[in-house]
Amino acid sequence: MALLSNAAVLLGKEVRTEFRSRELLSTTVIFVLIVVVVFSFTFDPTTNESRRFGPGLLWMAFLFAASLMLQPCFLREQVNDTLSALRLAVEDPFAIFLAKISANTLFLLLTELLLLPVFAALFNVSFGAQLPGILLTFFLGSVGISVVGTALAAISAQARMRELLLPLLLLPLLTPILVVSTEVTIRLMQPEPYVEWKGIGLMVGFDVVFLTVLWLFGEYLLEE
Amino acid sequence: MQFDQVEKRYGAVYALRNLTFSVTEGECVAIAGRNGSGKTTLLRVAGRLVQPGRGAVSYSGCENGRPRVGFVAHATMVYDELTAEENLLFFAKLQCVENPKKRSHELLHEVGLEDRKDSLVRTFSRGMRQRVAIARALLAKPSLLLFDEPGTGLDAESSRWLTDEIRKLRDTGCTILMSLHGESEMARLATRAIRLEAGSVIADTRRGAMFQSIFAGVAG
Repeated sequence: MALLSNAAVLLGKEVRTEFRSRELLSTTVIFVLIVVVVFSFTFDPTTNESRRFGPGLLWMAFLFAASLMLQPCFLREQVNDTLSALRLAVEDPFAIFLAKISANTLFLLLTELLLLPVFAALFNVSFGAQLPGILLTFFLGSVGISVVGTALAAISAQARMRELLLPLLLLPLLTPILVVSTEVTIRLMQPEPYVEWKGIGLMVGFDVVFLTVLWLFGEYLLEE
Repeated sequence: MQFDQVEKRYGAVYALRNLTFSVTEGECVAIAGRNGSGKTTLLRVAGRLVQPGRGAVSYSGCENGRPRVGFVAHATMVYDELTAEENLLFFAKLQCVENPKKRSHELLHEVGLEDRKDSLVRTFSRGMRQRVAIARALLAKPSLLLFDEPGTGLDAESSRWLTDEIRKLRDTGCTILMSLHGESEMARLATRAIRLEAGSVIADTRRGAMFQSIFAGVAG
């Protein structure tokens, strides 16, 4: 219970500080909008083309958003060494990760939801009836990106080449979930859309495995 | 608190080397030493923020074998984007302090920041930030207080205030470890002084003739 209550308090702080400064959200949203708009002008796609390569573009934009968003989540704790204060205050250090993962997932989902109508308008696709499936895919994909990204952000925050290290480690580790997320999204954007449950299962598996690994070994990532 | 052959290395450099000593409850220990002598590492090991490479630190008379630690360092360990009250409430809730709002107000009053409780910490001077840091460290009524050069960057008035606060805490029976750069008012509060050099204890004395010599040649 202490783990969950600590994580809830920490999440409240993350949300409060972000919505007060809007540093991460505004930068990320603007960045992904630019990416999608630039691609729409470059390709000028038809609906059929959009269905084929749109999901890949969408997840690439989400990956860019995540790599921008994840970098500061532990760097911000270094400014006044607040990470040490957190480690002294919480009973279980996993609470710190749980809160950061939840906050990153929330911010990433918000970015994705803001991007979705713009993408639909620029790429001539409609999501309509597939929206629950799309939301489920976005949620599971975002959790996967956040779990892996938060762990890597904790590692890279202590490294010298931190700005380079995170994207370098992030891309190969996220490849499986990005491929599956894109495949599931492609099926949802077909003229006769359907939810590919095998893909959804793989995404859940990815999230659970990495969350468990972080729960078991996360404490070591926070040590100096 | 017992340090038993504690060793910590960063690469090839020893921050702490074969450190063995104990601190009894209620002691106020000043750790002196030049830059890089291992003072900060010692305090971080004592607070379990850094795991020693070899040896161990053990605590007796604490719940779960872990003391409640309050840490005040040069870095304030508070959030600039939150107000003084929000910072204290946040850390009080994390530490499951009973009635966090009341405790935060008590401490804000004690450190003289009651009228600035709704101001963002980033608008505070160095002295005021340090006051918030001390309030944060005291939230859970810690049994072990660690001060890492707490007077750095403080003006004379803030430094006097801090010395008074440490004196009050010492008189309540709190165990205190404080790293200091040289002889000062704060150093005179200590009941024992330890001098480190290259991560090893080279002198350890209680109040008496040798006490002042521990700090000699440290400053600067």
